[in-house]
Amino acid sequence: MSAVRAARRSRGTGVPLPLMVPAAIAAAFLILPLAGLLVRAPWGDLPAQLAEPAVGEALRLSLVSATLATAVSLLLGVPLAWVLARSQARGRSVLRALVTVPLVLPPVVGGVALFLVLGRQGIVGRWLDETFGVTIPFTTTAVVLAQTFVAMPFLVVSVEGALRAADARFEDAAATLGADRWMTFRRVTLPLVAPGIVAGGVLCWARALGEFGATITFAGNFPGTTQTMPLAVYLALQRDPDAAIVLSLVLLTVSLATLLLLRDRWLSRSGAAA
Amino acid sequence: MCGALSARVPQMRRTSLLLTAALVLAGCGGTANGGSNQGAGAGGTLTVFAAASLTDVFDSLGGRFRQEHPGVDLRISYGGSSSLAAAIVQGAPVDVFASANAAQMDVVAGEGLAGEPAVFAANVLEIAVPPGNPAGITGLADFAREELTLAVCAPEVPCGAAAEEVFAAAGVAARPDTQEEDVRSALLKAELGEVDAALVYASDVDSRGTLVEGIAFPEAERAVNDYPICTLADAPNPGAAQAFVDLVLSEEGQRVLADAGFRTP
Repeated sequence: MSAVRAARRSRGTGVPLPLMVPAAIAAAFLILPLAGLLVRAPWGDLPAQLAEPAVGEALRLSLVSATLATAVSLLLGVPLAWVLARSQARGRSVLRALVTVPLVLPPVVGGVALFLVLGRQGIVGRWLDETFGVTIPFTTTAVVLAQTFVAMPFLVVSVEGALRAADARFEDAAATLGADRWMTFRRVTLPLVAPGIVAGGVLCWARALGEFGATITFAGNFPGTTQTMPLAVYLALQRDPDAAIVLSLVLLTVSLATLLLLRDRWLSRSGAAA
Repeated sequence: MCGALSARVPQMRRTSLLLTAALVLAGCGGTANGGSNQGAGAGGTLTVFAAASLTDVFDSLGGRFRQEHPGVDLRISYGGSSSLAAAIVQGAPVDVFASANAAQMDVVAGEGLAGEPAVFAANVLEIAVPPGNPAGITGLADFAREELTLAVCAPEVPCGAAAEEVFAAAGVAARPDTQEEDVRSALLKAELGEVDAALVYASDVDSRGTLVEGIAFPEAERAVNDYPICTLADAPNPGAAQAFVDLVLSEEGQRVLADAGFRTP
């Protein structure tokens, strides 16, 4: 390891110019708008905004719903990724294309599509309503479902990539030692792709936290039950752009803090394993 | 979409992953409402910013305008009045602004950007229900019924402010299930049958034909919403801008507005 580092150092640590210039442009392009928010933010309003009970409510709802959406995505998305990467079933490529549709679908359309299936008049929703008296739209459950719909493909794509990159010979070895496929999955595959799962989970959580279009369409907007931070930000933008900027910064700060905490707890460990 | 690029890299370095995640969540949040940034002036482009509720009327009047002024390239951008006003204040090159309420026109006028606004139409609230009115809605008082699923506009947008006024005037303690971000999305939910009733503008109900039914109520008179229009002080194409405003204010323009369910002054 240190020999490799030494070799690298002897070749010089400078970034090659053809990489340096576009990388710098990319970084500036991505970071400057954030810097713009920071510069424009009315910092004096921050304490008053944070004390606003509606803000705390929206923030709590955002964190809880995004975490639940990530949990559902992990529970269902990892097996789906395995099927896409490992199974020999026909139509896998079609399935892969279909399950990544939410990545390109405008989220508002996704929200309408959810209505058509899970709404009061939807194919499944009508049955739920008639049989159990359960209606999903305009509830916190609808928020979690909308976020899961939009965010799970990020997890599936990440985990499938990790599975494809993983060395399948370990699994073969486990099989020759008598492990069945379920045991191989739990004891060999899962630890092998853990970093990919964590990375996918973080992406999924981040996307769920920022979800706007499908949520406001399918779950509506009501403080306390369905108004997440992005919805609060959008509506604040209609009345008071400064307040919207402050709210965005609150969301950004909390999410960055969470991700950094996660990094220390989980990513460093799985990073070491990788 | 904004996430697709980052999603294709499963094994990212940790820091870049965190950064990407932060940017994904920051970037996918809201919707920016940019204006069409076309150059204008000598080429004869005319850019009109109009409230979303004017979509059908201005599409129709726009067709008429193009016939009468074949040399002018008319572009109409529809959106929430507040988003449009914000874009104009931010410097969008716009010739005509038609707002769904006086407040947003005041935002533009406050920056010294509006010419002389004229009220060209007015709108009142109406209750939109799915065809057949399955929940048996009869009036504004039904918005206090807990067991119904009800949509109103968020208080931040004009139709929501109007809704608060009529509820206050009628003494109804409304119990909506959702406060929609604009009037068309409230209407959509009634159209899909996902809410029992939505409080929207009369013209919105008219625009959907038989897909929704409208129920008028007397308290609507307490919140009559005026629609002002003006040419902008910095209009790149002032001549065409004035011609468009004249068309909207003309007898023909007023007739199209009335047909669409608007009141005309």
